[in-house]
Amino acid sequence: MKARSHLLLSLLACAAASAYAQQQTIIVGLITKTDTNPFFVKMKEGATQEAQAKGAKLMSAAGKFDGDNATQVTAIENMTTAGAKAILITPSDTKAIVPAIKKARDAGVLVIALDTPTDPQNATDALFATDNFKAGVLIGQYAKAAMGTKPVKIATLDLAPGITVGKLRHDGFLQGFGIKEGDPKIVCSQDTQGDQAKGQTAMENCLQKAPDINVVYTINEPAAAGAYQALKAAGKEKGVLIVSVDGGCAGVKNVKAGIIAATSQQYPLKMAQLGVDAGVNYAKTGKKVSGYTDTGVTLITDKPMPGVSSKDTKFGLDACWGNK
Amino acid sequence: MSTQTVPVAGTSLRGLLEHLPPITTIGPFVALFVACAFFASQTDRFLAGPNFSLILQQVMVVGVIAIGQTLVILTAGIDLACGMIMALGSIVMTKFAVDYGMNAYLAIVCGLLVTVAFGFLNGALITMVRLPPFIVTLGTLNIAFAITQIYSKSQTVTGLPDELVVLGNTFHMGQTAVTYGTVMMLGLYLFTWYVLRQTTYGRHIYAVGNNPEATRLMGIPTARLLLSVYTLAGLLYGIAALLAVARTGVGDPQAGQTDNLDSITAVVLGGTSLFGGRGMILGTLVGALIVGVFRNGLTLMGVPSVYQILITGILVILAVATDRVSGRKR
Amino acid sequence: MSNAAPAPVLQARGLIKRYGHVTALDGADFDLLPGEILAVIGDNGAGKSTLIKALSGALIPDEGEIRLDGKVVRFHSPIDARRQGIETVYQDLAVAPAMTIAENLFLGREVRRSGFLGSVLRCLDKKRMATEATAHMKDLQIGIRSMKQAVETLSGGQRQGVAVARSAAFARHVVIMDEPTAALGVKESNMVLELIRRVRDRGLPVILISHNMPHVFEVSDRIHIQRLGRRVAVVNPREIKMSDAVAIMTGAMQVEAQAA
Repeated sequence: MKARSHLLLSLLACAAASAYAQQQTIIVGLITKTDTNPFFVKMKEGATQEAQAKGAKLMSAAGKFDGDNATQVTAIENMTTAGAKAILITPSDTKAIVPAIKKARDAGVLVIALDTPTDPQNATDALFATDNFKAGVLIGQYAKAAMGTKPVKIATLDLAPGITVGKLRHDGFLQGFGIKEGDPKIVCSQDTQGDQAKGQTAMENCLQKAPDINVVYTINEPAAAGAYQALKAAGKEKGVLIVSVDGGCAGVKNVKAGIIAATSQQYPLKMAQLGVDAGVNYAKTGKKVSGYTDTGVTLITDKPMPGVSSKDTKFGLDACWGNK
Repeated sequence: MSTQTVPVAGTSLRGLLEHLPPITTIGPFVALFVACAFFASQTDRFLAGPNFSLILQQVMVVGVIAIGQTLVILTAGIDLACGMIMALGSIVMTKFAVDYGMNAYLAIVCGLLVTVAFGFLNGALITMVRLPPFIVTLGTLNIAFAITQIYSKSQTVTGLPDELVVLGNTFHMGQTAVTYGTVMMLGLYLFTWYVLRQTTYGRHIYAVGNNPEATRLMGIPTARLLLSVYTLAGLLYGIAALLAVARTGVGDPQAGQTDNLDSITAVVLGGTSLFGGRGMILGTLVGALIVGVFRNGLTLMGVPSVYQILITGILVILAVATDRVSGRKR
Repeated sequence: MSNAAPAPVLQARGLIKRYGHVTALDGADFDLLPGEILAVIGDNGAGKSTLIKALSGALIPDEGEIRLDGKVVRFHSPIDARRQGIETVYQDLAVAPAMTIAENLFLGREVRRSGFLGSVLRCLDKKRMATEATAHMKDLQIGIRSMKQAVETLSGGQRQGVAVARSAAFARHVVIMDEPTAALGVKESNMVLELIRRVRDRGLPVILISHNMPHVFEVSDRIHIQRLGRRVAVVNPREIKMSDAVAIMTGAMQVEAQAA
């Protein structure tokens, strides 16, 4: 009898202690689009490091594929129930995720969008992201400076219809270059879904249409690699300027190799770090972050142009995400 | 049993129509011809040797995957994992050659072994555990994808030895550069055509898709037949992997994700019935070419990419509707 | 059994088959004489289909003996039985609807070209198969417009004709027909019955399973009546009334002697 009540008491004590302990550890959740894209791998790395440094616990989840909204919704619900004080999310479907985010915020959870804004942007408390428009502007300015007074024929290798990131970078490039949509200098625009093989096909077809293309804007570095492959097969790789966005290690290596002239580097690690900091801060002080925080974008190139600030590939390789 | 008297072919039009091959056979060729004629009229850059060579290269990978898909669909099955298996094969080939410095040809064989193994896995689950092909390949699709991402850490493999990309090299036919890879694709189509039309094995493939019970009753080992078809498809996905590597010059773990459905599109546009037992392999080539021609032609015309997707969707509906309306029974 | 009686082509003695507590065949006997059409009739549960399955190799009896042309045989599968010369025309015909008549006729038994083309390149001899298919169909006087027609474009009776022609072409000893007229109208049924007679006239004995008494009485030479897992009678359709045969089948009438 006595032994049993002793056991019961100690069990209760343990439960209370762990509950108390749990109450003390701040939980921050990170939900990415997928967990295979090196961009998100880097993000998770950054979040994990920062959480450890701050003594918080990181819960993470990811969708199965780009666009997998259902898994992200479930993850938000689970993390809220598990007591997360803040959730960082790169939304796969910028509209469909909004109701789930609202529920979490109503329950007192701080929700911060990373890298991609929700639609509407204020559906989350805050947004830590690259200014994708600025990323496009930088490479647009670079391309304009690099081409100087030479007549240009531009091809844009874009993402896919309806995706904001693609549109922002494209529009930014145009503004940086100083032209508007529909300008006759733009001789070809095709979607690539950010895929290397599709980038190659798009470039091939564009070259068929306009063999004298000399500037290529690409949505990301895999598309740029594909474009280069097409140009090389046509013997045109020397005379064409390729610019891109992302700053992944493979992409920066391509800049170093002269395949890509310049790329705008973005910082998923910083997004995650800032996100975790904000989450921990909220848990401790109740102060919410709000609005948009630019996590920075740097133009990486080994051939700097006057009037456009940039850093070289050594800097780029130090700061890049992905396998070095 | 008396011969049924047939009314003498009434109008000459009906008589002519009865002698033409069915619409499901000539439909795809007509569609391709009309598409080419249309684009040739819209832009003078379309009708050129180099442009056609390009289109062949662009459909090369999906084209070979679609050969495997055709065989599978003819048996009334389906393979949703083909693109992912191909990607895994290309990662194995490239990583083995680059990371371990393995002899390039040996690396290629290793890649092929992996894709064949996955094909065999599909076939075994379907024939021995009796699971539906849709479900099985849905599962192996995810397994192959995950293995590819984990093994490659989602990083593209570069710095490939020359032997791996040899099929991307070209030779000249007059003014036009033709890649060896496209010749291989065409060769595979011809070989498959021969097997399907002129050999017992090919005939059994049609039979098992058309009436599996009858095939079994006639003493044909259907389980073994299906297993061999899926394994053979795996081999074809491996060859497609080699072609993808040769074309892009890299091992891309993100490749092939849309190839699963693109290969099915090619098969359907080519007039093969998703219910099995009916269709022609050359139709699949035409189906793949139709998609490539539209993509190329619309780009030359400056039409935004999204319309390519719209038109592909319309064509697929037309192809399936034609299949139904032509009176093909199940 | 008189000395003048010809030796049975297919014979079974004492077949027993049990499924748990149910005894489907309870010491069943069977005799098929050369050159005859033997109808097998029996009510549901009489063991009729079990008997036929045992004779065609679709199941292995627990006890009993089957003899083909006097020699004891053991069939491990229908393919086994087919190899020994017993062909079955299944109730659902077992034809591939999208394939042509010639392709169906040679399904599983395709002919390859001679020499290098056939053995190394595995090339089918389509011309020969078409010619032989035409000959087989003509032999049984089945009228078809073109051997290139897909079987699904044929009428029910013509399709039956293709299935029968296939069995008749390859059978060496026996043809078993399972409910051949079940799905056919009057005119086509008559055609099929005529077809069955032609098969017999070509020298192949036929086992006919049918529920259709008028058809049975019209075409068969003898009728094997199965009841409660055994053969209760073999009657001559010309010497017995249809109603009596049905009565024996249902047990309303008892029979002592075995008819010839």
